[in-house]
Amino acid sequence: MQQPVRRKKQAITLRVNGVERDGLVEPRRLLCDFIREDLGLTGTHVGCEHGICGACTVLVNGAAVRSCLLFAIQADGCEIMTVEGLARGGELHPLQEAFWENHGLQCGFCTPGVLMAAYEFLRDNPNPTEREVRENAAGNLCRCTGYHGIIQSVLAAAEKLRAEREGQPSAAS
Amino acid sequence: MKPAAFEYFAPTSTAEAVRLLGEYADDAKILAGGQSLVPLMNMRLAKPAVLIDVNPVAELDYIRLDDGHLAVGAITRQRALERAAEVAARVPLIRETLLLLGHAQIRNRGTIGGNVAHADPASELPATLVALGGELKLAGPSGERIVRPEDFYLTFLTTTLEPAEMLVETRFRLPQGRHGGAFEEISRRHGDYAIVGVGVQLELADDGSIARAGIGMCGAGATPIKATEAEDLLRGQRPSEALFAEAAVKASEQADPEADIHATADYRRDMVRVLTARGLRKALARANG
Repeated sequence: MQQPVRRKKQAITLRVNGVERDGLVEPRRLLCDFIREDLGLTGTHVGCEHGICGACTVLVNGAAVRSCLLFAIQADGCEIMTVEGLARGGELHPLQEAFWENHGLQCGFCTPGVLMAAYEFLRDNPNPTEREVRENAAGNLCRCTGYHGIIQSVLAAAEKLRAEREGQPSAAS
Repeated sequence: MKPAAFEYFAPTSTAEAVRLLGEYADDAKILAGGQSLVPLMNMRLAKPAVLIDVNPVAELDYIRLDDGHLAVGAITRQRALERAAEVAARVPLIRETLLLLGHAQIRNRGTIGGNVAHADPASELPATLVALGGELKLAGPSGERIVRPEDFYLTFLTTTLEPAEMLVETRFRLPQGRHGGAFEEISRRHGDYAIVGVGVQLELADDGSIARAGIGMCGAGATPIKATEAEDLLRGQRPSEALFAEAAVKASEQADPEADIHATADYRRDMVRVLTARGLRKALARANG
């Protein structure tokens, strides 16, 4: 039986926040580490490294995933969105505005993951109940806020995004 | 907290995946959703020399109604099954179960096959598979074979899959006639593995009696457990509180839980009783409603 060849690097190409990026990585390189160290996008945080805390959440082909549980080679050819991709040409995304206005963060360590999870959640569920927002928030661990500010921020962001869709200024802004 | 190095293959067909499994056998692990395996690798509790990434095996990504079953390809994402119209229409118990499974991010990558084959005794979906009834299709060097869930699960994290075999399809039996299901679980936080969970599926005859009852438990033993004695008790009977209470006791007697940091064995056994009764009540209301 052939001995496995474990460290041979592979070339990968992915679109990150709309920009084509490439890399040369060992198969075991985690996506979160590739994003942070190879691409220099340190907005994505590494908390537990075993899929519990959600600080590493990014979107891969439009789906929120834990980037510490994906190998970078698995993302070859994929569209990635990180927290750096939220702002629109220097303007804060309504989610980011809402978190600012509603004290959705304290130390900020969990926040990128919370934002990316909320981004997907509000995209698919634009008019959520508070209960639904709470259930979604359970996928990210926050040690600072006690979640109250996070819940208020996501609800406020939902309102801003709905208003945006309808072309009205929002009461939450 | 970084994984040990491994050789990586990404087959694009089941045949190729099986061939690779045969070639590397005990040195290889299949990578599906990675939501259970990669945490173990990151903590170096698992150090496979070879990883066979089956995510590119597109032919294993499907949801079909087939011969009285919901047939789900192994690579199908949990999210896809959660959102499938056929599931909402024909077997909503599966959707209810999946919504208890981790969080959105986990279900976006996690696969049905991976969850079923990982055989974590606290995992909800195998309990629902056992409650509904069904079959598992395995593929290996000598071809495909069908296994019943009760013959598939051996003990903690262990199934009857041979080293060179992989699960390719999970077949959930579709409930017939007037039916209702419920999944009741206890966990410390929403999205955690169940401390104890019970999946119930009732099918009623035209006269309102119970044509078929399916009860599956998780967190109550080394494998998902089918509460066969409770099911036998319920079959053919008119539903009633007293009947459900008796069935719940029978179910708890078939539980074989361990004590751990989360709960004592006695607590788990008692919760099987409580959750079975609740599940039966809810399932009946849904069958009638």
